[in-house]
Amino acid sequence: MSTVASLTRATLAKDLRLEWRSKDAINSMLFFSLLVVVIFSFSFDPTAEESRQIAGGLVWVAFLFAAVVALNQTWAREIRNQVLDAYRVSPAPPNALFLAKALGNFIFVTVLQALMTPLFIVFYNLRALGPAYQLPIVAALGTWALVVNGTFFAAMSLRTRSREIMLPLLLFPISIPALLAMVEATGAILTGEFSAKFWIVLLAAYDLVFTIASLFLFGFVLQAE
Amino acid sequence: MKRVFPILAVLTAALLSYALYEALVAAPTEQTMGDVQRIFYYHVPSAWTAFILFFVNFFASIAYLVWRANKADIVALVTAEVGVIFCTVVLVTGPIWARPVWGIWWTWDLRLTLTLVLWLIYVSYLVLRRFSSSGQTPLLAAVLAVFGALDVPLVYFSIWFFRTQHPQPVVGGGGSIDPRMLHVLLINWLAFSCFAALVCWSRYRLEVIKREVDETLALEALLEPRSAQTKTSRYGSGG
Amino acid sequence: MTTPPNPQAAAVVILTDLVKQFGRFAALRGVSAEFAPGQFYAILGDNGAGKTTLLRALAGLIPPTRGSISMLGTTELRSVSGQMGYMAHPSLLYDEMSGMENLRYFARLYDVNNAHQRCADVIRAVKLDPSLTRPVGQYSQGMRQRMSLARALLNDPKILLLDEPFSNVDARSAREMVSLLAALRDSGKTIFVVTHQAALLEGAADEFVWMEAGQIVSLTPDLRPVETRLEAR
Repeated sequence: MSTVASLTRATLAKDLRLEWRSKDAINSMLFFSLLVVVIFSFSFDPTAEESRQIAGGLVWVAFLFAAVVALNQTWAREIRNQVLDAYRVSPAPPNALFLAKALGNFIFVTVLQALMTPLFIVFYNLRALGPAYQLPIVAALGTWALVVNGTFFAAMSLRTRSREIMLPLLLFPISIPALLAMVEATGAILTGEFSAKFWIVLLAAYDLVFTIASLFLFGFVLQAE
Repeated sequence: MKRVFPILAVLTAALLSYALYEALVAAPTEQTMGDVQRIFYYHVPSAWTAFILFFVNFFASIAYLVWRANKADIVALVTAEVGVIFCTVVLVTGPIWARPVWGIWWTWDLRLTLTLVLWLIYVSYLVLRRFSSSGQTPLLAAVLAVFGALDVPLVYFSIWFFRTQHPQPVVGGGGSIDPRMLHVLLINWLAFSCFAALVCWSRYRLEVIKREVDETLALEALLEPRSAQTKTSRYGSGG
Repeated sequence: MTTPPNPQAAAVVILTDLVKQFGRFAALRGVSAEFAPGQFYAILGDNGAGKTTLLRALAGLIPPTRGSISMLGTTELRSVSGQMGYMAHPSLLYDEMSGMENLRYFARLYDVNNAHQRCADVIRAVKLDPSLTRPVGQYSQGMRQRMSLARALLNDPKILLLDEPFSNVDARSAREMVSLLAALRDSGKTIFVVTHQAALLEGAADEFVWMEAGQIVSLTPDLRPVETRLEAR
């Protein structure tokens, strides 16, 4: 019996395999992320003390831009040859498709972050004065916050004109609390001056609320013409 | 119903005039800020009115998702449009007030920031409505409105905590308020609410008529005979 | 040859006054018809007649503006989607995967038992090689159409909806597809094919459905010229 979990796994595996085969998407994304880091480094050239204060903001804005470019691609493969129709006419539950796409994006954006973070550390001489173990938690929660809504809004944008601009337009306002949390938490951990706990809890709450909302409402979006 | 509208219009005009007088003339002058503080009577009621309108939008969007009622969609559209306008008033009066009093244009004040985020969310809502193909617009817009509404408490808490870590001036002054000023504030809020209701109602009627026209034109296109054809029934062959 | 419809059999698809409008453009203007099970229907007509819209509405991809579609006894088309197969002019396949990989994935969507064997079987049924590792994007048009048909057959559907399956396909492949479809009809499936190439289906299809301007104008077992009309009853 095919459950949502096994279908999600199958769809995710399929997406990863396809992404691996057409490596041009990954390669151009990686290069783009590198460019973003370099340009930010030219624009903001602070002392080590200052950089710890603002690094949270810089890093997450950079991640945000890289993520948007990645997210815009999410559904591109399903639009080619109208493969999405094949999913829509099947009895497969829409949630499995959404989860698979969101997880795929999560993995993708995490790979980009894994590339960009060492570069930021190097360019800004970053060192965490607070509890560094919290950084991966913030990264995971924050990335999921961007990716879960990003995947959802990318699907909505399929039915609109100016698809590419629609996604950030819808995503940015709704992501403001999550962005604030990511930036503040990262700043708190790097400077060690505040506790990041409240922000981590807020991020977790944000993730929970919007994951449930997306799972609940994705069916409507998929069935829209 | 037809007579209520003009009555409401007259009542609103009267209330607005009275409220204007109260705010600019009758209300006592604030001791530290002087007459600039009178903008308070526009800033705060506009914010409250906008929040109420967005609240209605949330329920109208849910109603649409559950019942697919055309009227619910129109209510959602109307409240979003008028809500954005009131938000704009808040965002304009805020800096105008802040600048002479604190010397800065912007402060990450809770109300002001929340209004900014709401403004952004609902402008994106209106953009989505404009950019999506007409058949799907009500559904997608309703979904976005639900997302926006879910976001609001998260926005509130994030700004609230941010301000405890980075203290900033509060536009509108915290703490207690003189009862005479409260009276003027409430009068203005009542006047603004009536005005909002009036505008929403007009826009609602306008949209209803517009959709009826569209549907009539669509029906005409449907019935227009492209060729004299009949419909068939049953299996068609032989008997 | 064609078998006469069994009057006792309940209609498998019932359209009641189906209307579909895109803004002001009326693609379907009140289509009413009943289709019997186990029949091969060819849907013909000029461009803009509404054939593709009708098929997509049957597949559940387009919600009707007015009217209803009843399939296999229910108007909830999603509930019977597992018994329906759909094929359109775009291939509905992933270009970067091989035929077998594509079908293995779609078999998961339909929860097909014994997936590997089933995929190999349907690929062979459309006269392709299951062991071919070439990505579908590099197939010829004829091969791609056949693989798309294989995908539509994966779940052994009771109803097949095919939109222009023979376009850009060489004559021999097209004839093979037609005889495959006729064999499927003989085994009890109901088949709807939208096509411009009416002549291909002569002898195989049971009924010819002519559409014009969003309406069905005739439904006969013989391939007659468009001018022929049925009288209103």
